[in-house]
Amino acid sequence: MNWRLIKDKLAQRSFALLLILSIVVILLILVGLVTKSVPLLKAEHLFNILSGSVWSPMKGDFGFLPFIMGTVWVTMVSLVIAVPLCVLASVYLVEYASETLRRLVLPLMNVLAAIPPVLYGVWGVLFVVPILSEYIAPVFGVDTTGYTVFAGGIVLAVMIFPIMISIMVEVLQTIPQELKAASLSLGATKWETITKVILIKAKPGIIAAIVLGVSRAFGETIAVLMVCGNIPQLPKSLFDAGYPLPALIANNFGEMMSIPLYDSALMFAALLLFVLILGFNLISRIILNRLEEKAQ
Amino acid sequence: MHASTSIQTAEAQDLIALSPPHIQIKDLNVTIEGKRILKDINLSVPNNSITSIIGPSGCGKTTLLKTLNRLVDDTKGVEVSGSVLVNGEDIYAKDAEVTHIRKKMGLLSQKPFPLPMSIFDNVAYGPRIHGERDKKVLKQIVETQLRNVGLWEEVKDRLDASATRLSIGQQQRLCLARGLAVKPEIILGDESTSALDPLSTQTIENLLIELKKDYTIVLVTHILRQARRVSDYILFVYNGEAVEFGRTEDILLNPQHEITRQYVKGFIS
Repeated sequence: MNWRLIKDKLAQRSFALLLILSIVVILLILVGLVTKSVPLLKAEHLFNILSGSVWSPMKGDFGFLPFIMGTVWVTMVSLVIAVPLCVLASVYLVEYASETLRRLVLPLMNVLAAIPPVLYGVWGVLFVVPILSEYIAPVFGVDTTGYTVFAGGIVLAVMIFPIMISIMVEVLQTIPQELKAASLSLGATKWETITKVILIKAKPGIIAAIVLGVSRAFGETIAVLMVCGNIPQLPKSLFDAGYPLPALIANNFGEMMSIPLYDSALMFAALLLFVLILGFNLISRIILNRLEEKAQ
Repeated sequence: MHASTSIQTAEAQDLIALSPPHIQIKDLNVTIEGKRILKDINLSVPNNSITSIIGPSGCGKTTLLKTLNRLVDDTKGVEVSGSVLVNGEDIYAKDAEVTHIRKKMGLLSQKPFPLPMSIFDNVAYGPRIHGERDKKVLKQIVETQLRNVGLWEEVKDRLDASATRLSIGQQQRLCLARGLAVKPEIILGDESTSALDPLSTQTIENLLIELKKDYTIVLVTHILRQARRVSDYILFVYNGEAVEFGRTEDILLNPQHEITRQYVKGFIS
């Protein structure tokens, strides 16, 4: 056979192999997590684990609800802050800002994205936490150390800005000039054009940006861990401490492994995180498909 | 080079003198990022007629069209001097309101760009923006305009369907209906049939001819045969200058200017 053809086949096969390899790794992680979680699942009913709100490993109580709610709170707070800000910022960058400003800001976003999470954590401890405890909480008549889900949400929001803004800018830039012209030529103002046409057209892309932001937020560990208090309780307000799943694993893995089932519980936490992210991505994929279908 | 004022045939001038021109362009100059795109354009567009702007690509005909509804404002680094009078009012006056000006002119672009909403909402978009809230009135407007463009029978059972599901020819007619719904006086067409199949092109052309009894229509086209089929007047633009303006048959059969002659005979394109 021709050597060039052999090379061609070889390239095809090896690429396929690499692809399979990366998928296998994910499967192996899943299998590993499941097998490690089995001891806990055997000792306790899944429903009890998920709905239990008491976490005291020494007594054998492994209730995961505080951690699930911790993750949910921090993520929701960060989204509430980040989504409107990012949408408005990217609309400004694409529709109003000068070319110079756009060229200046977008690379800056990449720099922001490249800052190691631990620095965001330090920033949170030094600035966000004190400001929350000294200035913001007193306004609401709350006494807090500042290590709260609110602080976690703020830090996380800043961390997901870059990825959300850069994707949203990309999406907005794909909206054809003529579509804007169509709306403007009917006598619509720029603002009407943005809210009624551009953002509607860009909706699937904006949702995709939010999904990526959320995925990042779910998994973010160290920065959140540094500012959100890490008390295994159900947060009831913005000013309560929380304990997200990744923080639980990072704080405890490798320690206190002598406690029965502890090891298994942490692996279950990891499995939970895995399933959450997978499920979230799946659901958002479905929503996106629906939106795209509707748009066609 | 050419004279700064366009040559107008005696007949065309007479006709324009009879009724005041709908659009009057005076000493219009447009530069984009330092480059002069339009040079000293003077033109009077007669009422209730179709005027075609022809010329080689890149000659500035689309820019000229966009200055008429001030869409050119959105181009980066653009400077406009001179005046464009619509019914005697200068749309480049300091106190002129852009949204008001644009409402007077329906734009039909090269490719149809339906808004990301239903067929109904596309047509109702303009009236809604200008404050129409009454559902009955909106329904009436939508039906009337869709009938105007001959689309009603084809879509009346699926007004809630997304406008992007329509065929491209239907989309272009929808865009025309959308433009008509804000009750403009002028229709601007920017090579509006260039993306359409011959049959849809014919439909649009016939529509425009029908519509000229109520509207003043200005079309940009690079298809001479189309200009011949639909227009009453032709403006030939070359290199940013209005070279010649006159009745369609005069321009096509008996051009006064050498460069016009070369263009209509197909020596330059």
